[in-house]
Amino acid sequence: MFLPSLALRILPSLVTATLIAASAPVMAQNGPLKVGLMLPSTGTYAALGTMIENGFKLYVSEQGGKLAGREIQYFKVDDESDPAKASDNVNKLIKRDQVDVLIGSVHSGVALVMARAARESGTLMIVPNAGADVITGPMCAKNIFRSSFSNWQSSYAMGKIAAGRGHKNAMTITWNYAAGKESVDAFAEGFEEAGSKVTGKLNVPFPNVEFQALLTQIAAQKPDAVFAFFAGGGAVKFVKDYAAAGLNKTIPLYGSGFLTDGTLAAQGDAAQGIMTTLHYADNLATPRDKSFRQSFEKAYKTGADVYAVQGYDAAQMLAAGLKAAAGDIHAKAKVIAGIEAAQIDSPRGKFVLSAAHNPVQDIYLREAKGLVNEVKGVAAKALADPAKGCKM
Amino acid sequence: MDLTTFLIQCLNAVQYGLLLFLVASGLTLIFGIMGVINLAHGSFYMIGAYMAFALAPLFGDQFVLQLFAGVLLAAVLGFVLEWVFYSYLYQRDHLQQVLMTYALILVFEECRSILFGNDVHGITLPPWLSGGIPLGGMMTYPLYNLFASGLCLLLAAGLYVVIHRTRLGMMIRAGSSNRDMARGLGIPVRLLYRLVFAAGVALAALAGMVAAPSTSIYPGMGGHILIICFVVVVIGGIGSIWGALVAALLVGFVDTFGKVFFAQFSGLSVYLLMAVILIWRPQGLFGKAS
Amino acid sequence: MTSRTLPILMTVLIAALLAVLPALLSPYQQDLAVRIMIYAIFALSLGLLVGKTGLVSMGHAAFFGIGAYVTVLASPEYEAGSLLVMVPLALLAAGAYALVVGALCLRTRGVYFIMVTLAFAQMAYFIFHDTAIAGGSDGIFLNVKPVLMIADHTLLDFAEAKTLYYFVAGALLSCFLLLALIHRSRFGHALAGIRSNEQRMRAAGFQTYWYKLAAFVIAAVLAGLAGMLIAVKNGSVNPEMLSWHESGAVLMMIILGGLGTLRGAVLGAVAFILLKELFASEALMGQLAVHWQLTLGITMIVFVAFLPNGLIGLAKWPKLTRRAGAATPSAIKSAS
Repeated sequence: MFLPSLALRILPSLVTATLIAASAPVMAQNGPLKVGLMLPSTGTYAALGTMIENGFKLYVSEQGGKLAGREIQYFKVDDESDPAKASDNVNKLIKRDQVDVLIGSVHSGVALVMARAARESGTLMIVPNAGADVITGPMCAKNIFRSSFSNWQSSYAMGKIAAGRGHKNAMTITWNYAAGKESVDAFAEGFEEAGSKVTGKLNVPFPNVEFQALLTQIAAQKPDAVFAFFAGGGAVKFVKDYAAAGLNKTIPLYGSGFLTDGTLAAQGDAAQGIMTTLHYADNLATPRDKSFRQSFEKAYKTGADVYAVQGYDAAQMLAAGLKAAAGDIHAKAKVIAGIEAAQIDSPRGKFVLSAAHNPVQDIYLREAKGLVNEVKGVAAKALADPAKGCKM
Repeated sequence: MDLTTFLIQCLNAVQYGLLLFLVASGLTLIFGIMGVINLAHGSFYMIGAYMAFALAPLFGDQFVLQLFAGVLLAAVLGFVLEWVFYSYLYQRDHLQQVLMTYALILVFEECRSILFGNDVHGITLPPWLSGGIPLGGMMTYPLYNLFASGLCLLLAAGLYVVIHRTRLGMMIRAGSSNRDMARGLGIPVRLLYRLVFAAGVALAALAGMVAAPSTSIYPGMGGHILIICFVVVVIGGIGSIWGALVAALLVGFVDTFGKVFFAQFSGLSVYLLMAVILIWRPQGLFGKAS
Repeated sequence: MTSRTLPILMTVLIAALLAVLPALLSPYQQDLAVRIMIYAIFALSLGLLVGKTGLVSMGHAAFFGIGAYVTVLASPEYEAGSLLVMVPLALLAAGAYALVVGALCLRTRGVYFIMVTLAFAQMAYFIFHDTAIAGGSDGIFLNVKPVLMIADHTLLDFAEAKTLYYFVAGALLSCFLLLALIHRSRFGHALAGIRSNEQRMRAAGFQTYWYKLAAFVIAAVLAGLAGMLIAVKNGSVNPEMLSWHESGAVLMMIILGGLGTLRGAVLGAVAFILLKELFASEALMGQLAVHWQLTLGITMIVFVAFLPNGLIGLAKWPKLTRRAGAATPSAIKSAS
């Protein structure tokens, strides 16, 4: 077998050229509405990404696979919850796949990069989780909506409740990142507006989970209450450590709902009795919520959670906009007006969108009992995020 | 800071340090004796934690038995891994070792995702380990932390005995100072390496199992501890178990008190410590001078 | 055609190809091409350190990230920054950190060196991640892309994609030529000597520590350049750019392409990024796309195990087909 040496020499370049050809974009046909899902499928938030996607797809399948008469074609990108790659990832959806709608993301840093890209390209974007206040604050735009919450909403409500329960001072503890800071500041706002005082703000580098040193500090300072913001693995560890240090018997722990959402099975006894605020609870038991949870369980063999609801509602919002524009996604003004005017019949309760495109929703007070966060009442009715800095 | 709080913080530091020691000792053994730089060592820690999660339903309250079973399984895994993968790395240069073990991390992470999903998991402790010791009226010190520290100390002592007081330890020390000579003297170096590797994996996995009830089990848990263990090994000196112990405790103290006094810079404190040691003794506190 | 002119011809051809590419590619592909070129610069910089001098650094991403961060920090919030300010600052910052870190790391050898470079990169990571220097774990944004202005005339405005493309292509070619010159210089030969046997070089009277430090700093400065470019391209920076996963990725690039050669570094960057795109693309991999870490990891293991000379090594196979007695082309000599 004689191979021309010349050919062999350019073999490396040939291999590369093949790879280039293989990465050519998938050409989409006219007709279906292209929905770009930028959610994490690897990393700590992968489970949340799956829930959001399932919620979204559940609504679409409930409508017979079409929204306002348009078939839906999905394009998925794994954002790895990595803001450094977010720019390239969102470009895959906007420039390569040329999606009509962007849905994402879980991580606030990623969502911020997506929002900037969406602002530049004018693509409609619905955020199904990232709570960064900035997204419906200084970064707000006509084509950016959110179906979830703002970090301010649930924590502000908690601050008011905690002060209302007679706690005169409190300490806060959270990760040193945007979501943590915003939540803690919102809690302080609500708490201090009601006359109490936050006496210490403790920070843990993100995503560190070594809390022993700081728990000892809390025990030494003896505040009336502690407010914590953690999510996922950090929430599990913090709650367990708090109980292991015996603090759950002496200093009541409060938190934003993410402290106990989706983590109760792992937290076990340590989480019993913790009160949190969130825009959703596991046993709302309204007819709407019941039917949603039933269909979700049937389709995906697992219970729904707040992330699934947020994904589901993102689809509802999209449908509302499309209906108002009779299915034509390019009639941007009509789509936007449609979503703005819509009243979304969500499993969490009906909500409308604020001027800055954030849900105006009831914030529930919940208590962890057994394996569910039981609703105890409404902490704040129809709470709207103040959208500081939004100029729309 | 009053005395009680100071003492509790010291306990915290020692506990963290001892856990680091478990993982770092495996790492330094593998480095020192086989000369293999193993980036996947953090993954063994993760494997231990997930193994604890998988075994928990089978063993119920028999926690100590569960630990034994886990260690055994991990040792077997280590034995097999060395045989089919790591033994081919000895002849290769450091760069290739780095890359292959780094790629192995990706593979392990993905396998973990396929087998266990991406949710966070917890382990409930048996009642005899769940209590706490009341301290100063406001908080209790978790009994489990004391148990974990005690276990680590026991293991450290056991390691010392094995390496310095048994024939096996003698062979290990011989193999690490001069491989060819040791082989020439009839020591079964191949088998020895396999055993040492298995032991290293078992130690890391044990650390994961011991930490799991308090750390909880989540994706990516191997990455952070790997780098801290590298720092421990660099500070202590490669191949020195005693160095790993001293360095791990040092890191534990710097990290814990760093968090208390310099919250913003606590992540840096450990690296600054390493930089200082490097200026003073580049081969580590107990490493051999090159 | 001798074995010396072919590589040069290929380089010229590729340069020409790069020049006409924007006309042929879609905006997304152009974007991808710019990203590949920037990572090629990054890979080239590490190639000098690992391939030429034999110093395996697991913390090279620190300089990449520092270059990127300084670029964004140096640019005003709502108007275009000046390139004449940003480029020198980014390079200086990366070089300065490299000087300090290198001075400490080079006190160690072998496995220690690898670990220590990794640790110092982590330290830089934590500086950006934990402290209030820049937006913490969420990173910071470059609101307006920089311009090159001389006496009120705007020569280059990076808000236009094509300008950025050609600037990056120019930067890549300049780095390539610079490194080719270094390889052929006395300095380069000294580095090669250090790689093969440092003790002998010391015996011959070379102060190897300073040579290694110089290589370390030059590599860092070039990585800082790549960082600056990626910050301008992406419009945002984030601590993850300094993470050890980024360092691992660029290391994989140079071994994928082939260690020790400049073309290898570039080829490796191209191949690695495209491979990752391939493995993560649902259209081509279906269900397996989600598990791209697995496919990528296995591919890398197979590659390092069976093709340690990388893609460029494939070009060495001619040796097998040459008739006995004929001169074998020495691909090793043509190191560019």
